[in-house]
Amino acid sequence: MAHDTLLEIRDLMTHFHLQEGIVRAVDGVSFEIRRGRTLGIIGESGCGKSVTANSILRLVPSPPGNIVNGRILLHRGDDSSDQEPVDLARLDPRGAEIRSIRGAEISMVFQEPMTSFGPMHTIGNQIMESILLHQSDVAASDARELAIENLRRVGIPRAEQIVDAYPHQLSGGMRQRAMIAMALSCSPRLLIADEPTTALDVTIQAQILELLTALQEEFGMAVMFITHNLGVIAEVADEVAVMYLGRIVEQSDVNELFDNPQHPYTQGLLNSIPHIDEEKLPRLRAIEGVVPDPYEIPRGCAFSDRCPSFMPGTCDRAMPGLDETGPGHRVRCFLFSEFEDELTEVADGR
Amino acid sequence: MAVENELLLEVNDLKMYFPIQKGLMKRTTGYVKAVDGVSLSIKRGETLGLVGESGCGKTTTGRCIVRVYRPTGGEIIFHIDDEEVNLNRLERQELKAFRRNMQMIFQDPFSSLNPRMTVLELVGEPLLAHGIARGQELEDRVAEMVNAVGLRVEHLPRYPHSFSGGQRQRIGIARALVQRPKLVVCDEPVSALDVSVQSQVVNLLQDLQSELDLTYLFVAHDMSVVRQVSNRIAVMYVGKLVEVAESEELLRNPKHPYSETLLSAVPRPYPHHAMQRLSLEGEPADPANAPPGCVFHPRCRYMEEICQTDVPALTELSPGHHVACHFADQLQLQGIDSASPSGS
Ligand SMILES: Nc1ncnc2c1ncn2[C@@H]1O[C@H](COP(=O)(O)OP(=O)(O)OP(=O)(O)O)[C@@H](O)[C@H]1O
Ligand SMILES: Nc1ncnc2c1ncn2[C@@H]1O[C@H](COP(=O)(O)OP(=O)(O)OP(=O)(O)O)[C@@H](O)[C@H]1O
Ligand code: SF4
Ligand SMILES: [Mg+2]
Ligand SMILES: [Mg+2]
Repeated sequence: MAHDTLLEIRDLMTHFHLQEGIVRAVDGVSFEIRRGRTLGIIGESGCGKSVTANSILRLVPSPPGNIVNGRILLHRGDDSSDQEPVDLARLDPRGAEIRSIRGAEISMVFQEPMTSFGPMHTIGNQIMESILLHQSDVAASDARELAIENLRRVGIPRAEQIVDAYPHQLSGGMRQRAMIAMALSCSPRLLIADEPTTALDVTIQAQILELLTALQEEFGMAVMFITHNLGVIAEVADEVAVMYLGRIVEQSDVNELFDNPQHPYTQGLLNSIPHIDEEKLPRLRAIEGVVPDPYEIPRGCAFSDRCPSFMPGTCDRAMPGLDETGPGHRVRCFLFSEFEDELTEVADGR
Repeated sequence: MAVENELLLEVNDLKMYFPIQKGLMKRTTGYVKAVDGVSLSIKRGETLGLVGESGCGKTTTGRCIVRVYRPTGGEIIFHIDDEEVNLNRLERQELKAFRRNMQMIFQDPFSSLNPRMTVLELVGEPLLAHGIARGQELEDRVAEMVNAVGLRVEHLPRYPHSFSGGQRQRIGIARALVQRPKLVVCDEPVSALDVSVQSQVVNLLQDLQSELDLTYLFVAHDMSVVRQVSNRIAVMYVGKLVEVAESEELLRNPKHPYSETLLSAVPRPYPHHAMQRLSLEGEPADPANAPPGCVFHPRCRYMEEICQTDVPALTELSPGHHVACHFADQLQLQGIDSASPSGS
């Protein structure tokens, strides 16, 4: 298929210019999201997951944030057409074009549930507004029915009453589901879900994950799913990108990532979670140390100050490249890539 | 974790009803029965895990025990130094002095610390407030505590905003433990932290427990974390305990249908592992208007007629395993299976 790829990100850099210095929140990230598939993104708090997501929809506050490099190509055309992709990175963040994409072609479930809903209007009115804004073929009189239908789909009981509730009248879990209902109301091609189930308990979480899978099968929606929860990733993702300090350090098919994690950081992450199906350990195996301050990133590999496989004279001298170690499996680590190649790149001023 | 065979805390028939008020006159039109007849006990040095659906009353239970709330009914009794202290019988001054024995660690490391106080002030404040230490002694005790939670003395003059989430949670822990409490209610202490920081903080809480002889009530929705820290686990559903047992027993051999569903919903970190998940239909019962009979009956796959009318009592099915279900001794329920997928 010619246009299997829906979104293609190439060398994205989003930096924040602050008084204290520059925070390179996203620093050269590339990935693709394919139609109907789910890309999971994991990584430590502050590694740039939300900034990557916000960059796609051009929601990074500017100042202080700027996309300083890279392309975010949205391939609209389907298999046969040869429509040119749109580079979202080039659009005016306040312009009409990105606004027509947001909430319609690409919609987002935010990490912080209260950011999506304003407090002054009912849940229903806000969903209806979004439907009417993006779907010109829907009559105002039908929008309410559609809103109720959407709420019902995410498992909200008594949807015909809840539609008239204000956000503060709902429990955290219901608010989260209402937000997902709003994000899905325009049948987006891509759903960006930033920690959508973190605030939910496991039973409701399971319900939401099943809903997303069902919608994907039905409508071919693609999903970019950000979460700290490796159990959730194992369940929903087709492919996974692991981020550390603004860069992807490992990327592969989900089965391969769990069976054969290669980057020491990924291994540390997988090792540190307690497994409910296995014998209990006396202690959890934690990754030592903390994520460095964004202004004091170690020289060389960003993980070098915490890495159990650290190789002095190599890891602290150059940044390893993201190299292919197997089909579709890429790793940024000197255990797998040639040191000399990267040194020359550094000498070239990269 | 040396669990001693003496009781530290006894909770009998605890109730916390919040009035629902309507209109300008603030007429009380009903009650949210957030906690409705909870009885439990915790031994010295033990960790009791408390799990259950969002809104089932876990936080409220914790808050009643540390007396942030004055419960509507029931007794909370501490056994300290061979003395029995019934919180209901304490005068205001006595209660104030007793508070240092029970502390709470909160979920949100971001909002639970005053941004305008330094680490020294934050951790030292409880000592000052209770007149436990001041001056050099206070600084020494704060420094010792800060070291114990894995921060450094150089951090003392800094403000919370310059710390990461995990570090802030450590500050919160230091603040709770500096008074050397006997009981610590940990309310979702690691939920807001990412995986690798979460495991550091879990390890820290376990180390401190044995070093400082602490007893924990540990509230969380991540079952694998709860299992890691808990000697016993209590499962709560809409204001009531439905099952209490030794952790491994509860996980492998659950006896309440709600516990079974809860365990099957835990997301497992194995992509190939197709889980047979039991879905939970419908909404949790409304604590302001709980159904008659067993509170779980509208959602229970094993429901029979008696469940709609009779409230099942929490009864001891086998030594230490308590269940509130009419059919607890007949149902064959599915627990976790530690023998299955082998981790790599
Ligand atoms: N508006 C902003 N101004 C300044 N810095 C910012 C801003 N937003 C994000 N950053 C910085 O960018 C980096 C990446 O942040 P981001 O929110 O993407 O992390 P994350 O991976 O989503 O973390 P979490 O898991 O905690 O949500 C962090 O160092 C953060 O402090
Ligand atoms: N101060 C209050 N006033 C009125 N109702 C309250 C108050 N605090 C809690 N409730 C209600 O009591 C019930 C139990 O709440 P609680 O916070 O104890 O639940 P929880 O089990 O801790 O849930 P979560 O897992 O979401 O934290 C809920 O229905 C809640 O809405
Ligand atoms: S490059 Fe070196 S320091 Fe970085 S992860 Fe690999 S082994 Fe560890
Ligand atoms: Mg984020
Ligand atoms: Mg709570």
